[in-house]
Amino acid sequence: MEKVQLFITVIGEDRKGIVARISDFLYKCEINIEDISQKIMGSYFVMMMLVDIKDAGKPIEEIRNGLNSIGKELGVQIQIQHENIFKMMHRV
Amino acid sequence: MTLSVEEIYETASMILYQNLDIRTTTLGINLKDCIDSDFNKFKDRVYNKIFNNAIRLLKEAEKLEHKYGVPIVNKRISITPVSLIMETHCTGEKYVEMAKTLDRAAGDAGIDFIGGFGASVQKGMTKSDMVLINSLPDVFAATERICSFLNVGTNVAGMNLDAVNLIGPMLKTTALKTKDAVGCAKFVVFVNAPEDNPFMAGAYHGIGEGDMSLNIGISGPGVVRSVVEKNKECDLTELSEIIKRTVFKITRGGELIGRELAKNFDVAFGIVDISLASTTAKGDSVAGIIEAFGIESIGAHGSTLAVALLMDAVKKGGAMASGNVGGLSGTFIPVSEDRNMIDAVKRGALSLDKLESLTSVCSVGLDMFAIPGDTPAETINAIIADELAIGIINNKTTAVRVIPVPGRTAGESIDYGGLLGEAPIMHVNRYSSREFLKRGGRLPAPVTSMRN
Repeated sequence: MEKVQLFITVIGEDRKGIVARISDFLYKCEINIEDISQKIMGSYFVMMMLVDIKDAGKPIEEIRNGLNSIGKELGVQIQIQHENIFKMMHRV
Repeated sequence: MTLSVEEIYETASMILYQNLDIRTTTLGINLKDCIDSDFNKFKDRVYNKIFNNAIRLLKEAEKLEHKYGVPIVNKRISITPVSLIMETHCTGEKYVEMAKTLDRAAGDAGIDFIGGFGASVQKGMTKSDMVLINSLPDVFAATERICSFLNVGTNVAGMNLDAVNLIGPMLKTTALKTKDAVGCAKFVVFVNAPEDNPFMAGAYHGIGEGDMSLNIGISGPGVVRSVVEKNKECDLTELSEIIKRTVFKITRGGELIGRELAKNFDVAFGIVDISLASTTAKGDSVAGIIEAFGIESIGAHGSTLAVALLMDAVKKGGAMASGNVGGLSGTFIPVSEDRNMIDAVKRGALSLDKLESLTSVCSVGLDMFAIPGDTPAETINAIIADELAIGIINNKTTAVRVIPVPGRTAGESIDYGGLLGEAPIMHVNRYSSREFLKRGGRLPAPVTSMRN
């Protein structure tokens, strides 16, 4: 089965446990993290994760809802979007 | 990984902080195959075709919202111009009946607006066209979701002044028959109306279209404003480049979603309309971009140059991003739907005359502005005719959506809330053109139309 790759973007204030909390959730959903990178941009902590959801038993909306509640808990904003939108917007 | 954190962050923040969205996805539906001599059968077929497709549209659009994390704000239906399909049923009562059927089909499916209750009358009017125009006040009074258009001119046909002369009285009656004259907000008069425009109130499924079409309108004034604000020192050429690059990106995003939606729907992808469209949400203002250029208030001298620069850059960015750019692809500067436009009128910086001049460089027209309820019908016709003449002579689409509000005078305001926003009542020139408009007839096509 082909990979289904999405980007998770986390934007907010840096604090302990962000990566741990999200990785734990992804692990439980059987989502593989393919790449991870983070940077301080202006006053924001920005982290992105490239994940493969082909083995996840849940549709994207459920994964999004799960991430949204983690975002609320940690006080950060979490987005999950299919990689194609980034490829279309940033690569010709 | 081929994408950098900066790139991912740029896209994510466009959505999170700058109101980037797909403003509308509009499914065009041909209704000619529903025609039947039995009016009840005809209505049933229309209801079923619209309802079933609308349900699918909502479902497929929602899937893509989840997949790409980009909101698709409005999902709408446009249909074959109703005057065409009603040729053999053209009585006022049947027009209202059909409007109610369309309204119910859209409402039952969960669609907020359905466009196409209109006609193309650039050269002349059939009996059906006349009945349609006369029925509009009752149609707007009896429905919530029906949007109507009239195309009264084209470059090659000229402009039908006899049709324009019917509009002022129709709007005044509509204003009296609908709460706060809101029916007038659902009627647009055009010249050079595009057949694939996805934006309401002027969307319709043109006669050159197939059985179904899927068109999308992208937006993102907040995104453009944000890059303009970050580049305060650059000259006009650089400013244009920056806007082009940004619009290129958002158009590509829109095209991806539009194409996938069309594929999932199994219809041909129509067009991406790259119009910048405002809402009254904070920061989602087109006038706000003009002000970020360095103009104290939209309407000040210099605003026309600013709109010209903005629009040219938007078109260039969009044209490079998609082979399917179409529809209106101008900029919308509706008064009531744009916070900074409302403020500009209220502080006396933006007059109707300046608004008209802004529309000549590329905006789509005089949109969503309110005038005193006692404005004579002939003056409304003259406002419309002036705006449409700009379109005819300059080979472009222009349109008017005007609301004469009964009992209100210039300087007052009317708050519709929601999508329609707040309309300050604008001052109208009190001198008359009655004798000129009474001549009627047709403005001949301009010499630039003779290209053969």
